[in-house]
Amino acid sequence: MIKHLFTLVLVASICTLSVAQTTISGTVKDSLNQPIVGAAVVVKGTNNGKITDPKGAFSLQVADASSTVLKVTYSGFKNKEIAVLGRKNITIQLSENSVGIGEVMVVGYGTATKKEFTGASTQVDGKDLEKLNIPRVDQALQGKVAGVAINTNSGSPGGGASIRIRGLSTFGDNDPLILVDGVVYDSEGLNALNPNDIESINVLKDATAGIYGVRAANGVILITTKQGRANTKPKIEYSTYFGMQQSAKRLSLLNANEYAVIKNETFANGGDALPFSNTQLGEGTDWQDAVFQNANMSSHNITISGGSEKTTYSIGGSYFTQDGIVGGDKANFTRLNARVNLNTEMSDRLRLSSVFLYTNEERSALPENGIGSVLYNTINAFPTDPVQETNGTYSYLEEVSDIINPIAQIKNTYNTSYVDKFVGKEELAFDITDNLTFTNRFNYNFALVDQKAFSPLTWYGPGKAQNTALNADLDPTQVEIAPGTLIDRGASVYEARATYADLNFESFINHEYNFRNIHNLKTTAGVSVFSRNGQGLGGTAFNIPNNSLEYADISANLAPGGFLNNTNSFQFQERLLSTFVRAQYRYGTKYNGSLIVRRDGSSKFGPNSRYGIFPTVSGSWMLSEEDFFKWDKISYLKLRMSYGVSGNDQIPNFAYRGLLNGEGDYVFDDVIIKGTAIGRAANPDLKWETTRQFNLGTDVKLFKGLDVTINYFIKNTRDLLFQPNVSAVLGTAGPGSYPPIINAGDVSNRGVELELGYVGKKRKDFNWSTSFNTTYLKNEVVKTPDGVDFLPGASFGVGGNIATRFQEGHAIGYFIGYETNGVFQNQAEIDNSPVVQEGAEPGDLRFVDQNGDGKISFSDDTDQKELGNAIPTFTFGYNLNMDYKGFDFSANLYSAIGQEIIRNYERQQPFANQLSYTIDRWTGPNSTNENPRLTTDLTRNNVFSDYYVESGSFLRLRNIQLGYTLPTKLLSRFKVSSTRIYIAANNLVTITNYQGYDPDVGSFGGALAAGIDYGFYPQARTIMTGLSIKF
Amino acid sequence: MKKTTIKLTAIFSLAILLFAGCQKFLDVNPLYTQDAENYFETPVDYERALTGAYDLLQSSFITVWIGEIASDNAIAGGESVTDTEGLHEIENMSHDAVNNEIRNVFRWNYAGITRANYLLENKNKIDFEGKDKIIAQAEFLRGYYYFELVKYFGDVPLVVDKRLGADEVTAIERTPKAEVYVQIEKDLRSAATILDWTNPQKGRITKGACLSMLGKVLLYQNKFGEAAIVLDQVIEEGPYALIDDYTKLFSVANEGNSETVFDVQYSGAEGGGYGCLICLEGNAAPGFHGIRQYNGPVYGDGNSYNLPTEKLFNSFAAGDVRRDASVLDIDAFIGSRDITYAEGGGGHTGYYNNKYIKRIGEIGLPDNDLTSPVNYRVIRYADVLLMAAEAHNRNIPANDGKALGYLNEVRDRVNMPTITSGGSQLTDDIWLERKYELSGEGHRFFDLVRTGKAATEITGFQTGKNELFPIPQVEIDLTGGNWKQNPNY
Repeated sequence: MIKHLFTLVLVASICTLSVAQTTISGTVKDSLNQPIVGAAVVVKGTNNGKITDPKGAFSLQVADASSTVLKVTYSGFKNKEIAVLGRKNITIQLSENSVGIGEVMVVGYGTATKKEFTGASTQVDGKDLEKLNIPRVDQALQGKVAGVAINTNSGSPGGGASIRIRGLSTFGDNDPLILVDGVVYDSEGLNALNPNDIESINVLKDATAGIYGVRAANGVILITTKQGRANTKPKIEYSTYFGMQQSAKRLSLLNANEYAVIKNETFANGGDALPFSNTQLGEGTDWQDAVFQNANMSSHNITISGGSEKTTYSIGGSYFTQDGIVGGDKANFTRLNARVNLNTEMSDRLRLSSVFLYTNEERSALPENGIGSVLYNTINAFPTDPVQETNGTYSYLEEVSDIINPIAQIKNTYNTSYVDKFVGKEELAFDITDNLTFTNRFNYNFALVDQKAFSPLTWYGPGKAQNTALNADLDPTQVEIAPGTLIDRGASVYEARATYADLNFESFINHEYNFRNIHNLKTTAGVSVFSRNGQGLGGTAFNIPNNSLEYADISANLAPGGFLNNTNSFQFQERLLSTFVRAQYRYGTKYNGSLIVRRDGSSKFGPNSRYGIFPTVSGSWMLSEEDFFKWDKISYLKLRMSYGVSGNDQIPNFAYRGLLNGEGDYVFDDVIIKGTAIGRAANPDLKWETTRQFNLGTDVKLFKGLDVTINYFIKNTRDLLFQPNVSAVLGTAGPGSYPPIINAGDVSNRGVELELGYVGKKRKDFNWSTSFNTTYLKNEVVKTPDGVDFLPGASFGVGGNIATRFQEGHAIGYFIGYETNGVFQNQAEIDNSPVVQEGAEPGDLRFVDQNGDGKISFSDDTDQKELGNAIPTFTFGYNLNMDYKGFDFSANLYSAIGQEIIRNYERQQPFANQLSYTIDRWTGPNSTNENPRLTTDLTRNNVFSDYYVESGSFLRLRNIQLGYTLPTKLLSRFKVSSTRIYIAANNLVTITNYQGYDPDVGSFGGALAAGIDYGFYPQARTIMTGLSIKF
Repeated sequence: MKKTTIKLTAIFSLAILLFAGCQKFLDVNPLYTQDAENYFETPVDYERALTGAYDLLQSSFITVWIGEIASDNAIAGGESVTDTEGLHEIENMSHDAVNNEIRNVFRWNYAGITRANYLLENKNKIDFEGKDKIIAQAEFLRGYYYFELVKYFGDVPLVVDKRLGADEVTAIERTPKAEVYVQIEKDLRSAATILDWTNPQKGRITKGACLSMLGKVLLYQNKFGEAAIVLDQVIEEGPYALIDDYTKLFSVANEGNSETVFDVQYSGAEGGGYGCLICLEGNAAPGFHGIRQYNGPVYGDGNSYNLPTEKLFNSFAAGDVRRDASVLDIDAFIGSRDITYAEGGGGHTGYYNNKYIKRIGEIGLPDNDLTSPVNYRVIRYADVLLMAAEAHNRNIPANDGKALGYLNEVRDRVNMPTITSGGSQLTDDIWLERKYELSGEGHRFFDLVRTGKAATEITGFQTGKNELFPIPQVEIDLTGGNWKQNPNY
């Protein structure tokens, strides 16, 4: 049919001049029957066209009304072609281009309708993220997308998060590829993105992400920023909110009285003198009260968008600032954003798209995680010492040299980083024919990262490693820089600047071919050239005048001859050269097939394996379109399947080469002489990790409003890139030397994802919708390198045993240690025990003999077993939206179940403060079977066992919000079209059994350190109030 | 229209193919660094690789710890028993195959061996004047590192003049100790023939260092005759003499004196942190041994590790200056002065290692309580004399006259009465003298094991087990689990 029409149109256009003209008029409307102003209505194949007027009406002169086809385009809506068929007056309805079934979505180098898309993906509307008022886009995504797990690595303002799409497939870099309008945006730098600038997010989860080849194995997140609409007046939106943050939870620690009693007992048990002659010390100091504070956050955001006939624009600007609940302005994060999106039709066939995003970030940070961090000091500080002595000096907490006064620490920390980031693209699309578009684009991502850390002369107390002064009078230490030459070592400042530049040129063609109105073939072919350069320079200047931040600059260094200045620099470059082809074939409305092949060459790999080919096949079947499908409860049913190969190249540059960048320094004639030593050992055969992913899924619409998506996936990653702990005999344990990076090991992730969405029946004043998603995930290491049973991961305690492993048959980074079975109550129990536990005394933990040899072995792992892992078995997200008249209500819940956390924030030192569970310690026969005795003697109670593992399952009310939209009548005279005010709370309630601050523990040190709580900066509870106005 | 499409597609496809051929784009080279495979092109390359091989000597602090703490001389000390737990286990003789400190010994010495092997593997790449001396130093270093390993672990895999690939390690076996000793002797003898007695550059290995080390290696194998010859050569031909004042032996100011046979060199210029002790250019031992939270004259702040025992302190003869030079009696030192310090939770004896201790004026520049520029004295001339005395006394036939001469030379320096014994009594006297002369320097445990006295002197020492340290379990695992653990671990 179409073919005939096509021929007719051709004939018609040739004969235009010789035939009499007819007038066609009509109206263009949206799906709600509202007129669309400014839509372009063109007679297909000609330049004859009109723009709809304020009533959405148009009228056109055509040669032959019976054969004319009109093409209607309007930005933000799907293009529509309609045959006039002789009508004089027609109403044309356009459907919105927003995300939804049947609508267009970005799939990488092109678009696809959801109906014809053959992969597993989830779209999130920017509005849903914006509403949460969460400063970081990825954190806002938590609980929104099935199969995507997001954990917070640090709750400090500007802190990071980890995004894991469909599990951990490597213990290297598991970050997905993130593209903002086609520009690569690294997940670390995601703080720079303003959630208000986002129109929509599309998460490609399965092998159809393979159009991105060697970078697609961890999944791809496509972010689209806001764009304007043609022929609309400038629309101005202003929104703001103000929030108050507070700590959501405190640990239960010993007070001074309890502390003194317990420490006396601990020392007595070790045969040492009692530290406290008087234990009646009352409550003492609550260090958490001293450290945690209420902190403000606020945001202002403005967007202006609109368009003329040929040009659309959207401009955004925002300001966001947040203080920390630990450290206040010493942990401040402030961000300024500017954005310009511009689309213009340069001619009928040539279009320019321009995106420019600018970010300015300033982040102050305190030491976090582990020994030396503010929270670690807070947890372990002695409640018997005051924050400040009566003379005003901060107490020294003298008995443990690595615990310093956290308040003094906050006061003396000045560590700020500054980021300026310019991201954007210039894209020219040329329609060679109606069906063939040639696109060239240039993408850039340029970041300037500055850091300044000032260390004043400080004195935290005798023997503290963090002291920079010689004594409490803050005298500088004298150092001998050359025989006989002594100079002062005063306050210092470290400054560094790094620049990173990504340049990316991409050129591709998109072709669409229709045959007999039943075959549709869309092809895409293109090339991409990517280069990334980085360089940095840094240095420390000592002897800053007046011990003052005011002079903290390298140029202010007073040290004679510039002595003591330490400088460093780095530089790197990496390149990627890619070609790709995609063919999407549709037969009728029922069958879809897609084939993707990408070839990538990466400078990260050695000449022996520099190029890789990544193919993907996928298909779908619209079951509900079949004639035999007669179940009217189901209006839409699609089955999908995909299988493909993708890669992960996230390893350090030049890992394939053996570089002489190890440290080989020695001292001759009392001077340090630089030698050479091998850095990382070479592996010229090094190649990417390869992920093969299978996905089987279905999309269903039923009962008029319920959307269901189910996916089952198997994701196998082979040739894992890693730097194993290798035999000492290879000689890679010297300073600055590392084992080679090798390809070995397989990991499998299997899971099921379910997404449900329901939009309640529209009633007069009441609307509601809800969505729910859940993911089941099983992660398993399938193979370790030959000859290696496991790879040791992170350690427990300070320099303690390895607690996590990468081992066949277990989840990545599973916990391994001793299983306990109560506490030995008396000597007889130890003597009569069938299992010999060397060194055990009454009150010690009783370990379980796993291998049944009658003794607990502490020198190997034969009596150790799996004690859990950090990967949730199930995650759930739940969202509810309701509005009634002007009021709206929403809530967002997230839950993760089945993961464990290692309690690793307790400093196992005689004087360190302890959690209050130690009140129920073992004190004598039958006192308790839960907690071991406390002593200063060497015991095995500190080896890593299930005593230190807790369930990390939790349910969190992430956001709850109540808003009111003022009646338009009230405000229309001020040209205000809509005003909404709201109150909201983030992180209001968390249900968990975990003792630590926050069960939403990410990872601070890679996949093998996940789930270890080093006392990380918890997420705050925030109460907010906000306003948004549209003009 | 269709034809145009096809043409364009064809052109475009061709462009893609051509484009894909431009592979040079991906040939990115690292900047400002050299590649391991195109090295050894100039004499400077050799010189710098040698410096890299010397670097691992700076792991000496761990031998000072273990050599003392494992013996009856010292306890581990420190902040608490869980701080550097491995040392506390060694102190209690409860150490097993999971022990970070023991693993460090294993790893660091192999790192040193690999760096020496890297140079020796390429020794024939170019020729230049002075190359033989560089090769000789590398051979000495390899011999030194292997001797450390044999002392601790007995049989260890022997790798010579090559670097192993990652896939080769699972095939490698522990080489019998005797064969490793053959290689050590070969390296040391070869180096000794090339090197001179003196080198104008402080810190370089000399002929004296090679021969003394060889003498020590022979003594450890009970090859007394050969040891006597080699050590005699050092005494007779070498430029060494005892200095008069024993108490001045361990200061930075007095480094490079006539008694120095072989020192590991350190500098205070760089300082550093606790994160990577092997990366330090300063000596970490004094910082660890120093007095905790000390506030007073003479000494600096430290971490109260490796604390001498009362047994050691009381064992010195009355009037022996070596007692106070070796062991600091803190309470006696403080007397009534206003000096404060703290006791660590890991143990307190009231004594500190006075040879390697943090002193004011000997601190690392950018750190206060960790590094010190003080060199570690691996072999002092006094040690050479005592080793020679022992070799002559235990050789068959014995030469007790010569042995007594050497022994009394050491005693005379500290005004101790002359010894006149002979036979096995003389052997005991020499061994005791080693304790007094060398305590705190990391030799005691290995001397006790070597002389069969460990079981009687060390509480908890199990004969047939503790003579050797266990091979770290993780190292056994990483080589495929085929190595047999040392007996009874």
